[in-house]
Amino acid sequence: MAEGTVLELQAVSKRFGGLLAVDRLSFAVRENEVMGLIGPNGSGKTTVMNLISGALAPTAGDIFLGDRLISGRPPRDIARAGVARTFQLVRILPSLTVLENAMAGAVFGHKRLWGREVRNYAARQLERVGMGHAVNLRTAALTYIDEKRVELARALASDPKVLLLDEWLAGLNPTELQTGIGLIKSLRDEGRTIVLVEHVMDAIRSLCDRCVVVNSGVKIAEGTPKDALSDKEVIRAYLGDQDA
Amino acid sequence: MTRKEIGGVVLAVAVFGLLACLPLLKDSSYLLSLSVEIAMYTVLATSWALFSGPTHYISLATAAFYGLGAYVVAAGINVVPYPILVGIAGIGGAVLAALVGLATLRLSGVYFVIFTLGLAELIRQTVTWVQNNFTGSRGLYVLTDITQNIIFWQLLALAALVFLVGWLVARSRLGFALRIIGNDELVAAHSGINSAAAKLILFVISGVFAAVVGAVVAPRFTYIEPAIAFTPELSFQVVIMALLGGVHRLWGPVVGVIPFTALWELIAARFPTQTVLLLGIAFLLIVYFIPNGVVGRIESVINRLGARGGSRRG
Repeated sequence: MAEGTVLELQAVSKRFGGLLAVDRLSFAVRENEVMGLIGPNGSGKTTVMNLISGALAPTAGDIFLGDRLISGRPPRDIARAGVARTFQLVRILPSLTVLENAMAGAVFGHKRLWGREVRNYAARQLERVGMGHAVNLRTAALTYIDEKRVELARALASDPKVLLLDEWLAGLNPTELQTGIGLIKSLRDEGRTIVLVEHVMDAIRSLCDRCVVVNSGVKIAEGTPKDALSDKEVIRAYLGDQDA
Repeated sequence: MTRKEIGGVVLAVAVFGLLACLPLLKDSSYLLSLSVEIAMYTVLATSWALFSGPTHYISLATAAFYGLGAYVVAAGINVVPYPILVGIAGIGGAVLAALVGLATLRLSGVYFVIFTLGLAELIRQTVTWVQNNFTGSRGLYVLTDITQNIIFWQLLALAALVFLVGWLVARSRLGFALRIIGNDELVAAHSGINSAAAKLILFVISGVFAAVVGAVVAPRFTYIEPAIAFTPELSFQVVIMALLGGVHRLWGPVVGVIPFTALWELIAARFPTQTVLLLGIAFLLIVYFIPNGVVGRIESVINRLGARGGSRRG
């Protein structure tokens, strides 16, 4: 394994019955890197996120976090090893307060705090994502972007080695989108290692160091956003043959 | 501990102290018998809610544990000292709960409910079959010199213990994990929580309490047979009482237990055949009108008043 590699997928496949959703996909994520995972709808991006986080087990292939083999482990073990995620459709814990939502990430996983420590720590994570004012609110009072921020605070609270953001920017309006991009950029500047699935091309260009493009579960390009997005194969996958 | 918690502890000690004096009253036998019922259902409903409240898994296995505890005492009372039997009942409840939990807690909601209901029936039929074929009698006599007063004190101590356990769990990582599981099991798993283990621990705790209650009240029956010890009615009563009071607060179920037990006694005395009807009607009314229980209703009214007061000030 190359120096500084945090997460590595080696020929990972996932089959659902007759459908091969992910086909011998390999890529590596280095420390402090933001890796974009992009591709047309239905190309298997979210499946890859689910494979890394353990929501699904790969049919074949290995996934390593550092030197640890995490593929095939249940999600709780992978979370404890240091992978945190947000969900494509935001998942908030509705009967808990905003603070408790953030605490949920820091008690049982990679970070294991309790008592006053976890309260302070979770409050700091909420401040980090711009929700410091809402610590004691009920989640019912939150707007969509605020729910996303709380979810992000929960993921950050585990101090993960790899943070998986599954279309974290989807559904935001243009102003919120700028705020959102700024927030993820600030995480990147902190040195977080992030894998993000995204459809917003602006976000990919401004956030990602490298990206992997998948189509029908197969990797068709890898490189800087500029190179990958100008690749003929990628243009064909997105726009069809005439435009390639 | 905060000042509020110290206040709560002082209040709880005072209430339990006063209640413990109840048997010393003159001519208190009717009141005492009603109080035994209330204390018994308080322990059963509160311990049931410890598990089912946060996880939303409705267990109808209370009668299985309760009956197991009662049968341990009935079967061993002439051979083994009573306190040891109560201990065996508790261990038996724990083992049964662990086995059932391991087999079923992966089942989703409805299947779990049906399985737990079936479990009590299965055990009842098995005990009946064994007694019919091997022991030659359908029931067992429980003849002891344990008085109603002693039973009441034991139940009161159990009630104090169940509140203590509930309070400790609520303050612990385990309690926090259960609240997260109840909200979203997927998020729980991705936060590093072992949900199966957390649910199992709470299911075992509630099973132990139900089995010990069965053991404690067994001397009250004098004669025990499967139809009494494993009656499914008990499981439903416990669920309804807990839901009536409210399961999201530790002291919620007891708010449902007191009026329901009193009403039950009244109806059982005047119209003995209509008790099941009461169960059905109570269940419908609770589900339609107070899904969060009396305590939940009161809290939402207080919140609304508070919000209105706040907006008036602002």
